[in-house]
Amino acid sequence: MQLARVIGDVVATQKDPAFSGVRLLVLQPVNADGQDAGRPLVAVDSVGAGVGERVFFVRGKEASFPFHPTEVPTDAGVVGIIDHWSTVEGPGFSPGDRR
Amino acid sequence: MILARVVGEVVSTQKRPQFEGAKLLILQPEMPSGMKSGNSLLAIDSVGAGRGELVIAVLEGRAAGEALGKKLSPVDAAIVGIVDAVDLAE
Repeated sequence: MQLARVIGDVVATQKDPAFSGVRLLVLQPVNADGQDAGRPLVAVDSVGAGVGERVFFVRGKEASFPFHPTEVPTDAGVVGIIDHWSTVEGPGFSPGDRR
Repeated sequence: MILARVVGEVVSTQKRPQFEGAKLLILQPEMPSGMKSGNSLLAIDSVGAGRGELVIAVLEGRAAGEALGKKLSPVDAAIVGIVDAVDLAE
């Protein structure tokens, strides 16, 4: 899994039928220090995350498991909303940091 | 599997039910030499690892799910061992 910021929503009308009713979010992965790490990506949401929240997401086939038995053709999925995290160097993120 | 340093932990209330009771740690991958290597990642802990420890982590869904012991777990990484020592030939 990786840490990420939710930076957007995706709206798609014409899509694989298995995506019906599934929210698509744009994520910016971040490192433990909160800095952006790598390219943004699109992920399915199964926990009710929204723009501005810090989340963690899973990559690979396992991203479709929350929608079982529907086989959603995804390779990334948000599986948790983060309250806060901390590192050996101090607080990595707490709600006051939200932007 | 990779070598990684445990650098932190994540607290999350709203999450998929398979994560209930699981410890979610922030890892910094390391080269065997101890150099940092790449971006940080999250892994569930099945061996009781803690901050500052060098661990072995699997980066594959099926293996990570087995470490968690729950069916259809949406996980892709798990800590499966705590490293006592790494001996390198060179």
